[in-house]
Amino acid sequence: MPFFTQLAHHFLPEVILAAGVLALILIGAWRGERANALVSESAVGVMGLALLAIVLSSHSDASVFDGAYVDDAFSRFVKVVTLVASMVTILLSTDFMRRAHLDKFEYPILILLATLGMLLLISADNLIALYLGLELMSLALYVVAAFARDDVRASEAGLKYFVLGALSSGMMLYGASLLYGFAGTISFTGIAAVVSGSAPIGVVFGLVFVLAGLAFKMSAAPFHMWTPDVYEGAPTPVSAFFASSAKVAAVAIMVRVTLTAFPAMTSQWRQIVVFLAIVSTLLGAFAAIGQTNIKRLMAYSSIGHMGFVLIGLAAASEEGVRGIAIYLVMYSAMTLGAFAAILTMRVDGKPVENISDLAGLSRSRSATAFFLAMLMFSLAGIPPLGGFFAKYYVLLPAVQAGLYPLAVIGVLASAVGAFYYLRIVKVMYFDEPAPVFDPSSRTVGGILALSTIFLLFFWVYPAPLMDAASAAAKSLF
Amino acid sequence: MAAVFFYLFSVVLIASAFVVITARNPVHSVLFLILAFCNGAGLFLLQGAEFLAMILIVVYVGAVAVLFLFVVMMLDVDFAELKQGFQKYLPAGAAVGAVVLFELAFVAVNWQSAPTAHEAAAVPILAQVTNTAALGEVLYTKYVIFSQVSALVLLTAMIGAIVLTLRHRPNVKRQNIEEQNSRTAKSVVELKKVPSRAGV
Repeated sequence: MPFFTQLAHHFLPEVILAAGVLALILIGAWRGERANALVSESAVGVMGLALLAIVLSSHSDASVFDGAYVDDAFSRFVKVVTLVASMVTILLSTDFMRRAHLDKFEYPILILLATLGMLLLISADNLIALYLGLELMSLALYVVAAFARDDVRASEAGLKYFVLGALSSGMMLYGASLLYGFAGTISFTGIAAVVSGSAPIGVVFGLVFVLAGLAFKMSAAPFHMWTPDVYEGAPTPVSAFFASSAKVAAVAIMVRVTLTAFPAMTSQWRQIVVFLAIVSTLLGAFAAIGQTNIKRLMAYSSIGHMGFVLIGLAAASEEGVRGIAIYLVMYSAMTLGAFAAILTMRVDGKPVENISDLAGLSRSRSATAFFLAMLMFSLAGIPPLGGFFAKYYVLLPAVQAGLYPLAVIGVLASAVGAFYYLRIVKVMYFDEPAPVFDPSSRTVGGILALSTIFLLFFWVYPAPLMDAASAAAKSLF
Repeated sequence: MAAVFFYLFSVVLIASAFVVITARNPVHSVLFLILAFCNGAGLFLLQGAEFLAMILIVVYVGAVAVLFLFVVMMLDVDFAELKQGFQKYLPAGAAVGAVVLFELAFVAVNWQSAPTAHEAAAVPILAQVTNTAALGEVLYTKYVIFSQVSALVLLTAMIGAIVLTLRHRPNVKRQNIEEQNSRTAKSVVELKKVPSRAGV
C-alpha cells in the first residue's frame, strides 16, 4: 500500500490530531493570551473530527507502515473511549483552569499531544512504536501534572511522576532489548512466531521488565506508589485525565502485548497478571478506607479498578478481552463523573477536597448529591448500574478459565470497597451540613448528569456497546 | 590488537563511571562522565559502528555533558545535602543491586537466541555500505513514521520546558528595534543655549 494511502485510510485520526496540534500552536503563538478559549474549543473540535474519522472509516483491519501500527476493531474501540475521555477532560478543565489562573493555550495542546501519544500506543504493533507512543503520552502528562508551577504540591507531583516514570521507561526499554536480542525482530507477531512455551530465561526476563513498565503506567500495585500523591497534587481536571484516558491507553497496550506477542507464554505471564490483580484489588479496597481526601480516595479506587481489569486479562480469552473493553467504558464514565462532582466542590471560590466537606450535600445541592451517590453505587458495583456489569463481565471469564481463587478475591475486595464508597453516600445524606458549595458551571454539571444517566440506564439497551466490545475482542484472537 | 583496545576502553570506562558516582567535586564527576563517553565511543568504533561512536561524541559529549557542566556551575545545588541519605540507603541499595546483578548474570550465562534471530536481524554488509548510508536508507523510508513521531516527542519536550519555566516579567527592559530605528536627532537631542558665565 502506498504511504499516503496508508495515512489516509488507517492513520487518519492520528494525522488529524497531529495537524491540529501544529495549527493550534501557531494560533496560540500568534494571538497569545487572547487565543485561550479559541484553542481550547478547537482542541475539542479536533478530537471530535478524529472521532468521526474512526466512526466513519471503512472498518477494514490492516497492518500499516511495515507492521509498525495496526488498525483493528480493538484499537478503534479503545481509541473512541480515549478520545471521548480526553474531550470530556478539556470540557471539565476550562472553568477550573480559569479560576486557578492556569488558563494558557498550551494546556489543551499538551492534552492533544498526550491523546495523540495514546492513540499511537493503542495501535502500536512493534516495540519501537510502543516506546514512542508511551513516551509521547508520558512526556505530555509529566508537564500537565506540574502545570500549576507555582503550587508546591503540583510541582512535587510532576517531579515524582517524572522520576518514577523515567525509571519505569528504562526498565521497559531494557526488557524490550532482551526481547529483541532473543527474537531478532521488534514486531509483536514476529516475537510471537519464535517464542514457545518453554522460552529461555532471557525472554521471561524481558517479558517481566516490559510488563513491570506497563503496570507502572496503568498504576497496578505494587507499581502504584506515585498514584495517590500525583492525583492529590495535580490540578483536579488533570487528575481526571490521568485516571481516565491515560489508564485506558495503558490497559490497551498491556492487553495487546500479552495477547499478540506472547500467546504461547500464557501460563508464564498469567502468574504475573494474577499477582498484580490480587495486590491491586486488595490494596485498592483496604488502603482507601483511611483516606480523608477525596482525590486520594479516587486514586486508590482507580488502583482497585485496574486490579479488576487485570482479572479479565488473566482469563486470557476472548470473553475476558470483551469484559475489559466494557470495563474501560464503564470505568471512564464513572471516573469522569466522579471528578466532575469533585470539581463542583468549591466554597467561597476556593476548591475543597475533603470528604467531610461533602457533609449534608443532599440538603444544599440535592441533584449533585444524587448523581454522586449513584456514581458511588456504580463504583461499588451495585446492580443494575454500569459498574456492576463491568465487574460481572471480567469475573465471569476468570471463573470460566478456572481462576476461582482470583475471582473470589475480586468479589471480596469489591465488598470491602463498597464500604468506603457507601461512606461517602452516608456523609452526604446523613451528616450535619458543611458550608454550602458555590454554584458549579453548567458544563461540569452536565457531564456529571450525563455520565450518571449513562450508567443508570445502560442495562435498558446494552446491545450496541456489547456488540462493539465483542467485535473488538474478536480482532485480537 | 583489537582485544587490547577492547580491554583498555572497557577498564577505563568502568573506572571512570565509578569515579562519576564517588567524586566529591561535581565538576570532576562531569569530566569523568565525558571520559566515560569517549571510551564508550571507542568501544563502538571497535564494533564497526562508527556512526554511533560519532553521535556519542557529538551529542553526549558536545551537548549533554556541556549542559551538565553549565547546570553544575550555574545553579547553586548543594551536593553535600543531596548525598546526605547515601550512607543510610547504601545497604538496601547494595542488596537490591546485588540481586539484580546476580539475576542478570544468570540471564547472560544462560543466554539463548531464537534460531531465526540472526537471520531476522540481518544487517547490511559493512564492507559495502557505511553506517550512515545504511541508517539513512531505512530511517527515511521504512521507519519514516517513527522519525515523525520522535519529532512530535521533541516538540512536546520543547513546549513543556517553555510552559514550566518561561515567566513574562513586567518592567523588563527589552530591545525594541522599531523604536531604536525611529529615533532621530530631532526627537532625542535637545539643544540648549548656555550663556557664558551664567550656568544653566
